[in-house]
Amino acid sequence: MDLTLKIWRQKGPEDKGGMVTYPISNISGHMSFLEMIDVLNEELINKGDEPVAFDHDCREGICGMCSMYINGEAHGPDRGVTTCQLHMRMFKDGDTIHIEPFRSDSFPVIKDLVVDRSSFERIQQAGGFISVNTSGNTQDANSIPIGKEDADNAMDAATCIGCGACVATCKNSSAMLFVGAKVAQYSLLPQGQVEAKDRVLNMVKQMDLEGFGNCTNTGACEVECPKGISLKNIAIMNTEYLKASI
Amino acid sequence: MSGFITSSIGKKILMALSGFFLMFFLLQHLIINFMSVISADLFNETSEFMGTNPLVQYLMQPILFFGIIYHLVMGMRLDLQNRKARTSKYVMNKPGENSSWMSRNMIITGITILLFIALHMVDFFFPTIKAHYITHEHLDSFQMVAAKFTNPVYFGIYTLAFIALALHLLHGFQSSFQSVGFNNKKYTPTLKKLGNAYAILIPFGYFVVAAFHYINSL
Ligand code: HEM
Ligand code: SF4
Ligand code: FES
Repeated sequence: MDLTLKIWRQKGPEDKGGMVTYPISNISGHMSFLEMIDVLNEELINKGDEPVAFDHDCREGICGMCSMYINGEAHGPDRGVTTCQLHMRMFKDGDTIHIEPFRSDSFPVIKDLVVDRSSFERIQQAGGFISVNTSGNTQDANSIPIGKEDADNAMDAATCIGCGACVATCKNSSAMLFVGAKVAQYSLLPQGQVEAKDRVLNMVKQMDLEGFGNCTNTGACEVECPKGISLKNIAIMNTEYLKASI
Repeated sequence: MSGFITSSIGKKILMALSGFFLMFFLLQHLIINFMSVISADLFNETSEFMGTNPLVQYLMQPILFFGIIYHLVMGMRLDLQNRKARTSKYVMNKPGENSSWMSRNMIITGITILLFIALHMVDFFFPTIKAHYITHEHLDSFQMVAAKFTNPVYFGIYTLAFIALALHLLHGFQSSFQSVGFNNKKYTPTLKKLGNAYAILIPFGYFVVAAFHYINSL
């Protein structure tokens, strides 16, 4: 199929940036969205132009790097997929596709479609872990029985890949789905109880310091999240926060 | 505790609590309004009671004022803060694909309600306070209400405000439960239906009372 791409080009963090139009042809419906960008970049390089900078690593939906806002939606029009898993068959011959970086003041643009998501890492470092003595006589995790439902919910929360689509989508640029998942993942398990209080207080504090907006429960994040992280995790975080504050 | 009040989640929880309180108030206010449809005397007696009872005047009324002011000041502050969290806008954005109009426009429906509250205070609240505490004259509440609703423009403005209220509550009711951490596979779907019923029936009830007085005046 033949397509018209309108892509956000920005030379660096200080550059104003703007949309640039590129026609592209002979795109197969079997290609992934990133493969389509690869084709474009090959053409640009052959012409001696600057290729479009974008983040990617695993190309199978697990690393969370491929941050693109496609036709007004994070990771494009499909549900439950990352940009690298988005097939070109979701588009029609002759379509115009808008491609922008994930936008949030807490995710500053580095170049073109590449954004700096280290704010997520700082939140994670503030409490998204458990401390285990690794001296050699560490207790086997499986020796502590855990209810099936709690184990399932913790596992579901743990599937968050930290891609930032929730922030990119949210009208308030709120990170609560991400932080909710990271808090709930541990708070549902006995191993997470020891540091439960400090974890939620410190992670929320860091989240606020990073300048993310406040959740207004629009639910947009849950719809656009490639891993289907549920809003329930935000409710769990709010309860944990309340418990830790009183 | 001081960290709680200024944190994003603390503000959300307090926003929800003030929302709960306002929703409870709306129900109580509507019950009194309905008395004006049933009998003028009953309505006047109840208004007199509400206007003179010390518990209502010195405890419940201040709490209500605090609740409303907290809710609207916080609502506007949060909205401004949220706007600042994304200063460069998307060239192409499709929010309608993933969220409801009501959830995205709480500030618009909220400010509409605020303007209505201001008008409503000028119409009914201030005259009542004046009669009770300054001029000490007897006030016929029923007559005061009936007189206002002879004007079709008035009836129209009130109707618009009730629509804004319904839109605000269609998102607000279920949102406040999520904010205080209540999200349950079994009960949340029922709660959402209950919220939709509340959000439509309560403003509709207010509309019925206004329509009754307007039609009566024709
Ligand atoms: C009697 C009138 C009102 C009632 C019953 C009411 C009720 C509610 C409820 C239940 C919520 C949901 C809280 C939550 O999501 O946790 C809410 C949110 C909100 N209200 Fe109101 N409200 C009223 C008046 C107002 C006014 C006058 C404003 C003025 C600006 C306003 C602005 C907002 C905003 C911006 C939100 C969203 C904030 C958020 O979800 O964090 N509301 N309201
Ligand atoms: S919650 Fe979903 S959208 Fe947000 S970072 Fe995790 S995987 Fe991405
Ligand atoms: S490149 Fe790893 S999730 Fe898309």
